[in-house]
Amino acid sequence: MTVASDPAARTVDLREPSGWRRSKNRIMTVLMYVAFVIVLIPLGFVLVTVVAKGASAISWQFLTNGTIPPNVMPLGVGGMGAAVVGTIEITAFAALIAIPLGVLGAIYLNEYGGKGILARLVSFLSDVMTGVPSIIMGLFIYLIWVVHFGYSGLAGSFALACLMLPIVIRSTYEMLRLVPDSLREGSYALGSTKARVTLTVVLPAAIGGIVSGALLAVARAAGETAPLLFTILTVEATNKNLFSGPNTALPEQIFVNAQSPYVGAQARAWGAALTLIAITFILMIVARIVTARFTRYTR
Amino acid sequence: MSAVKEADPASPAGSANALNHRRPLGDRGFQILTLAAGLLVLIILALIAISMAQQSTTWFTTAGLKGIFSVDWDPATNNFGALGFLYGTVICSVIALIIGVPISVGVAMLLTQVVSVRWSRPVVTVIDLLAVVPSVVWGLWGIIVLAPWLQHIYLHIASAVNGIPVLDTLFGGPNVSGASFFTAGIILAIMITPIITSLSREVIATVPAIDKEGAYALGATRWEMIRGAVWPHSQAGVTSAILVGLGRALGETIAVALVIGNSDEITGHLFYSGSSIAATIALQFGEATGGEFRSALIGLGLFLFVLTIIVNLGARAIVERSARRTRGA
Repeated sequence: MTVASDPAARTVDLREPSGWRRSKNRIMTVLMYVAFVIVLIPLGFVLVTVVAKGASAISWQFLTNGTIPPNVMPLGVGGMGAAVVGTIEITAFAALIAIPLGVLGAIYLNEYGGKGILARLVSFLSDVMTGVPSIIMGLFIYLIWVVHFGYSGLAGSFALACLMLPIVIRSTYEMLRLVPDSLREGSYALGSTKARVTLTVVLPAAIGGIVSGALLAVARAAGETAPLLFTILTVEATNKNLFSGPNTALPEQIFVNAQSPYVGAQARAWGAALTLIAITFILMIVARIVTARFTRYTR
Repeated sequence: MSAVKEADPASPAGSANALNHRRPLGDRGFQILTLAAGLLVLIILALIAISMAQQSTTWFTTAGLKGIFSVDWDPATNNFGALGFLYGTVICSVIALIIGVPISVGVAMLLTQVVSVRWSRPVVTVIDLLAVVPSVVWGLWGIIVLAPWLQHIYLHIASAVNGIPVLDTLFGGPNVSGASFFTAGIILAIMITPIITSLSREVIATVPAIDKEGAYALGATRWEMIRGAVWPHSQAGVTSAILVGLGRALGETIAVALVIGNSDEITGHLFYSGSSIAATIALQFGEATGGEFRSALIGLGLFLFVLTIIVNLGARAIVERSARRTRGA
């Protein structure tokens, strides 16, 4: 009863574990914060370096001049325009291939396949495909396309599309699953066919999540180098024709210039890195805005 | 004959029922279209396996098992032994896991168990940012900024451990280089941290609140609650997340190609230059004009493909086994 009559003592008794247990708890909590700080260091370091070194390289001429100069040239001669054009063309066309196919695949998984063996297999394989290294996609497209039709931006788009496809399927599938069945039932009750229900009711209901998932897939693909090495080669002049002739892209130019000992080449690499990071971050931010504004159903 | 099936609201004109003939052509067509898109995944994976196996047979038949698993890689003399690269891939990934796993799991625990939702949002954004930095940018930063800096540290460590038995073989040696297995391991650790963190976080978030409350009710501290309630529940999921991270690390190409230093040596010295499977393919494919050279590089790709698929299957198997066990319990 003495304990009950002294509320301060009671709270102390129940809440405070013995010294060592409490210290251990403290130590582990601090270690978790330390882990987060360790994550922050390289991120902060890389962003500061890219911005600091890249900002001095970037100019209007750097972004638009279509002739990439030889490594030995100092900064200020030529520019990365060819790579900017290549990256935008190749990634956009890859998105054009992969997003519709991925969305259709996800519709199959969620709306038609159900729990059937085939749907389970496709779902399983799309998980497996997400884990396939990007360089394998490059080799694959090299073997089945480039060997027969030559290097082109199109081949690069195919490789990036292979990379994006499983990501789009997975993210779209997750979004379709969140659409409540009552929406589908309501629309069936009005006599719609399944295709109409899917296209006019289910897809619009999930469109926010689908778009943001697709944008993240595009952002990831835009930064990939390995699939492009064997599919588009590298050139030093702008090739606006996506469908024929070797092309070039920002990640490739970073890769090539990073291996060079020349100051000018390295500066161009930093400039290209800043441009590339800006593109991927913009895509990510747009994805966030879309998620925040247009997502109706969340987990 | 067939029992009345449970009415499936999502397929009023489901596959084998009498309403079938009333489905318009467009409806049917759309279904077939979606099926084709779904099957595309299967087709692509099959084509990858077939085309790569086909193109690498030259290497497999001429080099033989002994030639493939030798350390001698010399395109000039048509010797293509892959063991050095296999070793490099594995050693870098192991370093990446040793560094990355405690950090990733720590951050995942921090996000789910320690900080409030208000603070975990921005932290998640930061982790996501880490994931969207392209691998070539990590490579660029790694080789121009990180490697020269690490070289100083490596030199100090090397001279400090000089003469100490095991440590000298791991961290010592005269040929210490900034571009090395260990640098590649560090870069890989940074790159796999976001994926392990986000997958672990999802698993940890599914731990029932009642388990956690039970642990607290028994007087556990937060750490004891994590050890006793959260960890047993999420152990399998976290292991599988780690395996997915391992799959990424094994296949990462460009960042590793830039920072690993490119030498086909097998050495226990972690601060020495080496190479990995993916880096070798990326760096040598352009020069590989000869049939057997190219075939060997595609064969390396096939190795990598099989390796990552096995790792990813392992990740999935672990999750499924544990799901069965929990359901059975």
